[in-house]
Amino acid sequence: MPTNKLDQLYRSVIMDHYKNPRNKGVLEENNITIDMNNPTCGDVIHLTLNVEDGIVQDAKFEGEGCSISMASASMMTQMIKNKDIDTAVKYAHVFSDIMLGKEIDESIDLGDLEALSGVAKFPARIKCATLAWKAMEKGLGSETEQ
Amino acid sequence: MLSKDIRKHFPILDQEINGHPLVYLDSAATSQKPRQVIEAINDYYAYDNANVHRGVHTLGNRATDHYEGAREKVRKFINAKSTQEVIFTRGTTTALNMVAQSYGRANVEEGDEIVITHMEHHSNIIPWQQLAKEKGAVLKYVILEEDGTLSLDKVREAVTDRTKIVSIMYVSNVLGTMNPIKEITEIAHAHGAVMVVDGAQAAPHLKLDVQSLNCDFLAFSGHKMCGPTGIGVLYGKKELLNEMEPVEFGGEMIDFVGLYESTWKELPWKFEGGTPIIAGAIGLGAAIDFLEEIGLDQIEKHEHELAGYAMEKMSSMDGLTIYGPRDPDKRAGIVTFNLDNVHPHDLATVLDMNGIAVRAGHHCAQPLMKWLECSATARASFYVYNTEEDVDRLVEGLQIAKEYFQ
Repeated sequence: MPTNKLDQLYRSVIMDHYKNPRNKGVLEENNITIDMNNPTCGDVIHLTLNVEDGIVQDAKFEGEGCSISMASASMMTQMIKNKDIDTAVKYAHVFSDIMLGKEIDESIDLGDLEALSGVAKFPARIKCATLAWKAMEKGLGSETEQ
Repeated sequence: MLSKDIRKHFPILDQEINGHPLVYLDSAATSQKPRQVIEAINDYYAYDNANVHRGVHTLGNRATDHYEGAREKVRKFINAKSTQEVIFTRGTTTALNMVAQSYGRANVEEGDEIVITHMEHHSNIIPWQQLAKEKGAVLKYVILEEDGTLSLDKVREAVTDRTKIVSIMYVSNVLGTMNPIKEITEIAHAHGAVMVVDGAQAAPHLKLDVQSLNCDFLAFSGHKMCGPTGIGVLYGKKELLNEMEPVEFGGEMIDFVGLYESTWKELPWKFEGGTPIIAGAIGLGAAIDFLEEIGLDQIEKHEHELAGYAMEKMSSMDGLTIYGPRDPDKRAGIVTFNLDNVHPHDLATVLDMNGIAVRAGHHCAQPLMKWLECSATARASFYVYNTEEDVDRLVEGLQIAKEYFQ
């Protein structure tokens, strides 16, 4: 962990995802579209998913927001691609636990996500980080209800 | 500039945030409270607390005297003709909703027009949207000039004989623009419309005179002018208020109550249903005393100077965009800006790590953000306790953020 509090929030992995977002854009072939915003700060995300046979085949996002929200969206799309719906939704719950500062099951490979754990120390920014995950969970939730 | 000694009246300013002395630049969201306001509220609860307007006992009389005394202070503060024209509300939002729900419902009909502007705060948009939807009325927006000011010609184009209500903010909470309310009121009246003024950002910063403005309604909040949260004011012309129905019904606001019919108290109490916001009104009264001891003219001058100093210093920074009028005399102590490649939330976090509190986001003005073509901005707002050193600290903080996100 970096000692400077600011560096704990803005880890280099986050800045990399912010400046070079993965899966940015709109999926031409998609069967789930979710628009979500954060009414308190104006962040928006437009998420398109292509889910077939219970697997997230592809995911792309567009949006406007701070480094935390956009980096988090980038990481989220990376995490859920080629995962089944249950796993993707489980990631959303794990992510929520990370934001709450809870202990995470060590067997879960968080990959780049680990870098976002510093956000938990900045209560005002947690909503920035969770926006994309809430959008994903909502989109896949509607899928499981069908 | 005002004396730095004013800072001593604000206990909250004497602290460190993240290892740095606090620089509070978010007074447009809510101002800090001077000791005398905090003590007035404390003393009321400690020595005089009782319900008002029903006291045979001494405490009841004292509480009533303090509460009604605060109303008289507000009357003088805005130069209303009578305390009957001063209604205590929960804040600006409640006051504007009261006008929409009472005056608006009774006077706006299908096809009538309500005129507002693109710079309004949500609290001066949504009550009118709802009213327009309910009545089938037309909600019209006056578009802004390039520099974020209002042109009277565009107001003249928008206001017609079908216009029943014109509702405009005195000072923009985002652009800092000071609008020509007196002239707009004349235009509204020439077409038989009433003029509603959202004074939330004006009351803390400049001398209000409802008789000179000749507006029909004026709404403002206590907490932005050194008073507590939960108290605000609706001023209305007596002849209009007399004709209006109350919005809330219950205790305190009644004259006679029968099984199936009731009658209302006279002004202003018919609009103050339930036990009123006694401590809040007393706190607001103390805040008015505080501001008048400094002098509203002096406060306005101080803010113009600080905004001018901030804009001068900030303009020299590469990649920094300032929104709103360039002329400091056309704006109150509000500077809204964006730094290239740094989202305002990130900027606000970096500044907070350096002890500097600014607002980041859409400032409850989403239509205005759309007009500015940005989803969010950062805002520094100044008040009596801010100094040139605070501006210097802000500029240093901006430099740190810029380097950090490079």
